[in-house]
Amino acid sequence: MEPPEHEWVDEAAGPVVRSYAVTGGRTQHTGSDFDLIAIIESADALPADTLVLGPELITIVEICRSSLSVAEVASELDLPVGIVRVLLGDLLDHGLIVVRRPAPVAQFPNERILKDVIDGLHAL
Amino acid sequence: MDSMRSDSAMAVKILVAGGFGVGKTTLVGTVSEISPLRTEEALTEKSIGIDDTAFVQQKTTTTVAMDFGRITLKTGLSLYLFGTPGQDRFWFMWDELCQGALGAVILVDTRRLSDCFASIDYFERRGLPFIIAVNSFDGAQRHDPRDVRIALDLDNEVPIVVCDVRQRESAKEALITLVEHVLSAMSRRTA
Repeated sequence: MEPPEHEWVDEAAGPVVRSYAVTGGRTQHTGSDFDLIAIIESADALPADTLVLGPELITIVEICRSSLSVAEVASELDLPVGIVRVLLGDLLDHGLIVVRRPAPVAQFPNERILKDVIDGLHAL
Repeated sequence: MDSMRSDSAMAVKILVAGGFGVGKTTLVGTVSEISPLRTEEALTEKSIGIDDTAFVQQKTTTTVAMDFGRITLKTGLSLYLFGTPGQDRFWFMWDELCQGALGAVILVDTRRLSDCFASIDYFERRGLPFIIAVNSFDGAQRHDPRDVRIALDLDNEVPIVVCDVRQRESAKEALITLVEHVLSAMSRRTA
């Protein structure tokens, strides 16, 4: 017998928990603004009380042992960027990650960087 | 803030815009060293007035996918490519994507020229440098870039390239043309 046409299971059914549940309902983190291409890296030494972290925070710390952009973290976690920013803010507050902001190219265009980009593309 | 630093690794960003199905994801995938990732953004209060949820009361969030890829140009310098979301109602995301972007490659399909008008208007208004890359689809009639320029009512300074986004060299060339355009626009400003 054919299965019913409109049965949604697993991923097709959508998340079991609403997205912002993992941030305790917060849609913004006070204080920090994470650019999509800011690079996140886990801090070298993790404090002993990391057990209190939620599973999403632990995952971020684990995947950011090698540096990743905010966009990549969101993609890895399969969570909206807005939520990931709140989680990253929490991790930053706890000193568990280090953030490298992108070069402020648009505001202060730097000829050397542009030439490096062109050379790099030619060399691909 | 102590834990914010910008010294060692540098990241720059280029946007890939254009209408639905014009080849944005393909271009990103052709040059990216990671397979195109998709990231999603929840719509929050920013979408009020943009997203009409009047008749779908239970729907307070929706997601929009955008593609992105990465190219490591040299140690400490990475280029990120972002495919802009196609639908008009996600314009609010473009503002964020534009922040700190070097410029944009607007992909054009000459069979559906009007699909790129919105992107051109947007980047002109924002003052973000862009180039037009005509994606040569199989079976599409070839047009002289000069005709495309007239049809799009483009300034003479805006470069137009004809490319095949499935070909790595061709996609690279489009990106290089954009960065060279940014560079020459900068020298004109400072001259």
